[in-house]
Amino acid sequence: MPNELTPAQRVALARHAQRPGTADFIDALFTDFFEQRGDRHCMDDGSILGGVALFHGRPVTVIGHRKGRTLEEHMAYHFGMPSPEGYRKAQRLMLQAEKFSRPIVTFIDTPGAYPGLEAEAHGQGEAIARTLALLSGLTVPVIAVVTGEGGSGGALALGVGNKVLMLENAVYSVLSPEGFAAILWKDSSRSAEACDVMKLTAADLLELGVIDGIIPEPAAGAHAAPQPVYRALDAALVRELAALSKLSPSALAANRYKKFRLMGSKALGKERL
Amino acid sequence: MSNVFAQRRQKLLSLKALRGASPTPAHTEETCPACGGTIRRRDLAAGRYVCPLCGHHYPIGAYYRLSLVLDKGTFRELDGSLTSNDPLSFPGYAAKLDAARRRTGMNEGVVTATGRIGGQKAAVGVLDSRFFMGSMSAALGEKVTRLVEYADKNKLPLILFSASGGARMQEGILSLMQMAKTAAALERFSQKGGLYISVLTHPTTGGVTASFASLGDIMLAEPGALIGFAGPRVIEQTIGEKLPEGFQSAEYLLEHGFLDAIVPRPQLRDTLIRLLKLHGKGGSDHAK
Ligand SMILES: [Zn+2]
Repeated sequence: MPNELTPAQRVALARHAQRPGTADFIDALFTDFFEQRGDRHCMDDGSILGGVALFHGRPVTVIGHRKGRTLEEHMAYHFGMPSPEGYRKAQRLMLQAEKFSRPIVTFIDTPGAYPGLEAEAHGQGEAIARTLALLSGLTVPVIAVVTGEGGSGGALALGVGNKVLMLENAVYSVLSPEGFAAILWKDSSRSAEACDVMKLTAADLLELGVIDGIIPEPAAGAHAAPQPVYRALDAALVRELAALSKLSPSALAANRYKKFRLMGSKALGKERL
Repeated sequence: MSNVFAQRRQKLLSLKALRGASPTPAHTEETCPACGGTIRRRDLAAGRYVCPLCGHHYPIGAYYRLSLVLDKGTFRELDGSLTSNDPLSFPGYAAKLDAARRRTGMNEGVVTATGRIGGQKAAVGVLDSRFFMGSMSAALGEKVTRLVEYADKNKLPLILFSASGGARMQEGILSLMQMAKTAAALERFSQKGGLYISVLTHPTTGGVTASFASLGDIMLAEPGALIGFAGPRVIEQTIGEKLPEGFQSAEYLLEHGFLDAIVPRPQLRDTLIRLLKLHGKGGSDHAK
């Protein structure tokens, strides 16, 4: 990777207002996108954008976080922080992908799940847990792409893929650096320091085995010249999808299980008791 | 290696509790944090650490919890030596882990075991909030996952008691990934017909709420337990207003449809026995 940015600088790029979002990636990489809305229980949470589209002529289900571009959109979508209804919409789309044997491509770009009163009352924890469980057991190919901010369980809910790719300046972490510093050191202003110890960059996560590949970005970030980023991601998706499509449905589920089963296996020790 | 002795001593105390002996001196008194009343410790222990004046449920340790739930003499611990190896070399974490091990006599924030409940064999896991607040480490996620796989392999019903402050910050992204790992194991177990009873105890929050704790076929909670995904303070900061009384309590969750029942601690064992009987040996495929 050519550029040498600090983790804090990458966090800033990942959050850049002009950074391509899920809607941009759908426009650039897919054709004939049909947006599917609503959770079929009570509402449509726009912070999750999803539907059916063609990828090089093949029907796929796409699901991603949507931050929005205008102030109105930011407010309506809580800056890409889904409520339980958003995750339940995602579950509905995932089940349809399974029904119609369509691969799923997800785009991850959220500070985290929305921490609101109604979100809790409507079961934010249950919604995320159920999405994780559902996605883990599907028998279609699932490819997750972390495009911007991958914050907490709200990001992971769309991240249980056979392959997980990440843009070079995207970040993926257990919590935002500010939240991390606030919890661990009771001082949210130490977020830059948190960035340094959290191992949240694509290179760190590749080394930890959390992701499978990095999509390079121009030195100034994806927003400065998005076309080469789209082309690189397109090529990676074509390659990964071709490889996964060779697996049987049960092998796809087993492959995904094994991938996440091994998460943290190098983090274990033994202590006599 | 002096902490080996400290650990042994703690472990002995824990095992003593498992055999039914009181883990605290019987002659002293203490003030209930909920009602402010004065209670003799002997009465508190006899009442399973539920305040006899107001019904407040004190947090209890994992081994003591197991002693309340399992048939006497049937406890067998699994993976008791599994621990974290500080995977990110996080500043200060190794020393803190060591201190927590010495203080609690535990190697991780969850005890997993097999035992019998009313004669029915079961796989049981209990999170312990004294160890790093029961936070999700790679080792905790691994122990829970192994327990689910053990229940699957041996066709046993699974019972998990959750109590957690959320993620283990010092293990960063690897902590987060345990949510996917445990949820995936439970999904497999469920697809094969396994019975999973999830019991939420005070407090169950963050990544544990958003993974294995919320995936039970049967969802139970202890009275007054705080249960939620986001912390109350984070929510107040986000919405800019005070939260209503009782928000994120077990009673609140029951009202909003996320629990089957709230079960006071003295009735928990009988409730589990009843539920296990109602499910045969623990689910359709597992009944044979
Ligand atoms: Zn009391």
